[in-house]
Amino acid sequence: MAIRRAMSGRIMDRTAVVGARYMSSWWRSVQPAPKDPILGVTEAFLADQSADKVNGAYRDDNGKPVVLECVREAERRIAGNLNMEYLPMGGSVKMVEETLKLAYGENSELIKEKRIAAVQALSGTGACRLFADFQKRFCPDSQIYIPVPTWANHHNIWRDAQVPQKTYHYYHPESKGLDFAAMIDDIKNAPNGSFFLLHACAHNPTGVDPSEEQWREISHHIKAKGHFAFFDMAYQGFASGDPEKDAKAIRIFLEDGHHIGIAQSYAKNMGLYGQRVGCLSVLCEDEKQAVAVKSQLQQLARPMYSNPPVHGALIVSTILSDPDLKKQWLKEVKVMADRIIGMRTALRGNLEKLGSPLSWQHITNQIGMFCYSGLTPEQVDRLTNEFHIYMTRNGRISMAGVTTGNVEYLANAIHEVTK
Amino acid sequence: MDSVFASIVQAPEDPILGVTAAYNKDPSPNKLNLGVGAYRTEEGKPLVLNVVRKAEQLLVNDQSRVKEYLPILGLAEFNKLSAKLILGDDSPAIQENRVATAQCLSGTGSLRVGAEFLAKHYHQRTIYIPQPSWGNHVKVFTMAGLSVKNYRYYDPTTRGLNFQGLLEDLGAAPAGAIVLLHACAHNPTGVDPTVEQWEQIRQSMRSKGLLPFFDSAYQGFASGSLDVDAQPVRTFVADGGECFIAQSYAKNMGLYGERVGALSIVCKAADVASRVESQLKLVIRPMYSNPPIHGASIAMTILKNSDMYNEWKIELKAMADRIISMRKQLFDALSAKGTPGNWSHIIKQIGMFTFTGLNSDQVAFMTKEYHIYMTSDGISMAGLSSKTVPHLADAIHAAVTRCC
Repeated sequence: MAIRRAMSGRIMDRTAVVGARYMSSWWRSVQPAPKDPILGVTEAFLADQSADKVNGAYRDDNGKPVVLECVREAERRIAGNLNMEYLPMGGSVKMVEETLKLAYGENSELIKEKRIAAVQALSGTGACRLFADFQKRFCPDSQIYIPVPTWANHHNIWRDAQVPQKTYHYYHPESKGLDFAAMIDDIKNAPNGSFFLLHACAHNPTGVDPSEEQWREISHHIKAKGHFAFFDMAYQGFASGDPEKDAKAIRIFLEDGHHIGIAQSYAKNMGLYGQRVGCLSVLCEDEKQAVAVKSQLQQLARPMYSNPPVHGALIVSTILSDPDLKKQWLKEVKVMADRIIGMRTALRGNLEKLGSPLSWQHITNQIGMFCYSGLTPEQVDRLTNEFHIYMTRNGRISMAGVTTGNVEYLANAIHEVTK
Repeated sequence: MDSVFASIVQAPEDPILGVTAAYNKDPSPNKLNLGVGAYRTEEGKPLVLNVVRKAEQLLVNDQSRVKEYLPILGLAEFNKLSAKLILGDDSPAIQENRVATAQCLSGTGSLRVGAEFLAKHYHQRTIYIPQPSWGNHVKVFTMAGLSVKNYRYYDPTTRGLNFQGLLEDLGAAPAGAIVLLHACAHNPTGVDPTVEQWEQIRQSMRSKGLLPFFDSAYQGFASGSLDVDAQPVRTFVADGGECFIAQSYAKNMGLYGERVGALSIVCKAADVASRVESQLKLVIRPMYSNPPIHGASIAMTILKNSDMYNEWKIELKAMADRIISMRKQLFDALSAKGTPGNWSHIIKQIGMFTFTGLNSDQVAFMTKEYHIYMTSDGISMAGLSSKTVPHLADAIHAAVTRCC
């Protein structure tokens, strides 16, 4: 009787159930979560149809999202040809192999010696989270030092992994550059064997990167303290236009003998955002250790998602293992990076032309997707309310959203709120 | 420099993957892999559904598609359609906006996100899971911060459900405890409660205020009917109470490696569901930010197009029917041989897996003498074909009569 009533979709007679404990919701006390400071902006952005928005992921000069031609071609090749069986827990071996070459070098001895434990991960976020969980499990007394500022989600990741976090000086607001002396001090003062999160290139959100000489010094002091260097590399190729150049910091650390970890992402440099493709690697002393570490990374992936998604990994391995497609990709990455560099030049030039009393040198000194403009939250709010320009309240501008069509408008607006 | 991870030892091999690895090494032409957790055709090949290929082509040919980030909770339309799939088109819970749904990475991801949410927001930190259950369940819940207890489920003497034990154990659970329920096609035993037993389970759980967490990995794959396989979930939701549901499209749409799934939390009220949804985002963001777009786009394309949806149902039924047919053929073969013992559980159990009741010595014998690869627990019926059933029947017969 009760089942037939249920099947008709009507709510069952309450008297048929003994006890009323289920009457009130378990979740009454659940509070609405604060809006994500970055993705919350995107939601507002998507709701606002104004053409003058500057926000989010890469856009071409028409303000349109881009699917790389090499990606379209790779998709054409793989559609309909393969099955959708589970990848191994560690993901696509081919994709991981090609990805390690990008970070460690095409002919890296470390790869040949099989010293790198590496697994496919869910883009940069997933790689960082896997590493944080791994750090918690195998170095339970350790803490992570995170730069100020950093991508907001870094704090969430290590917090949810239950790894205690500390910060180190990074951005220097007065110069809108690197607070190098304070950063070195923090490295020296951290207890030996601390873990340091470093942005390999195109620091998010400031765009401020150490110079090569500064990287060498950072490497030296980290080594002296026996710290662990973990690189988040989300923008290889996207920063300077040259993936080898963008990996310089990592290569310096490898030369110096550090056993580093790296989170790599194809979200931006291959435009694969929603495919969630990335890689976590941990450099070990030898092959045996790498095998052990990889097995443990897999043990952390298994209770999170079992095995990573196949489609995005297939795109990456198709492109990187075909010399012509790879060449095309490198060209397309350079186009994206060059466009952003061009927009930096244009924005700075426009502001100077308008006779702004402030210095805008930092716009071209900084690198990558983001520019830390130095605008205050109040100025940002004015930009939004009066000019429909959207950016996070720390003054971070997504340069990818700037085009030849809106750069003058943007410069005008910034000038208006800062003059 | 010394590695900080120098003392790390190698993790144990995944037992199921170990089976496939051993199978691959075996040169025998008669070898049979019954450890595989993925559907296989009569020819022993993996299967991509025609309707999935169609959906893929539509996506590839759609030049306007981009690969931007999905929202944290995934594709909204996919979420709505997934909730409808499990709860029914006319579900009051959906009509009343009481369901918070997040696209997640297949069943595993949905379970993990749900469990982490519970560990953060729920007053009870213990989850009861059936004995036995899918090997990964314990790890998922433990990693999420819950502690795991068992409730009796499988009865080795009957090779069926230990219903008394189940009711006793759930009856003894503290009020509000979380209870994992396999919605259909219990993994790994294939033993499901009857409709009447489900009703008793529901009443007992609701009277104790136990929170149901359904793992629905085989909807449509068990009986061949999406609605029949969803019935246990729907009766719980129909009584107005709350529950968690983890859905997977790995098997029923063959989307395995694309990692397509959804977590639905059925709440008492719409405003609660809305707040729950906002908190789900905070669990997901530090894990992987947002879910993968490709597989969910395929699933959504199929779910929202009525012709494709009907095609899917037909192909799904064909897979389920093949498995049911393998069960019947194996049972008939053992009966014809007069293999000692009661083998009716082979046709009573449902879904991809069968708990044979063979002991580990018998299993080792079958591997050595007949090149049959299986876990010590049971066999994947998906790995069988009409051609290979006789070989398996021979092996079982030999193991039971000649061995241990």
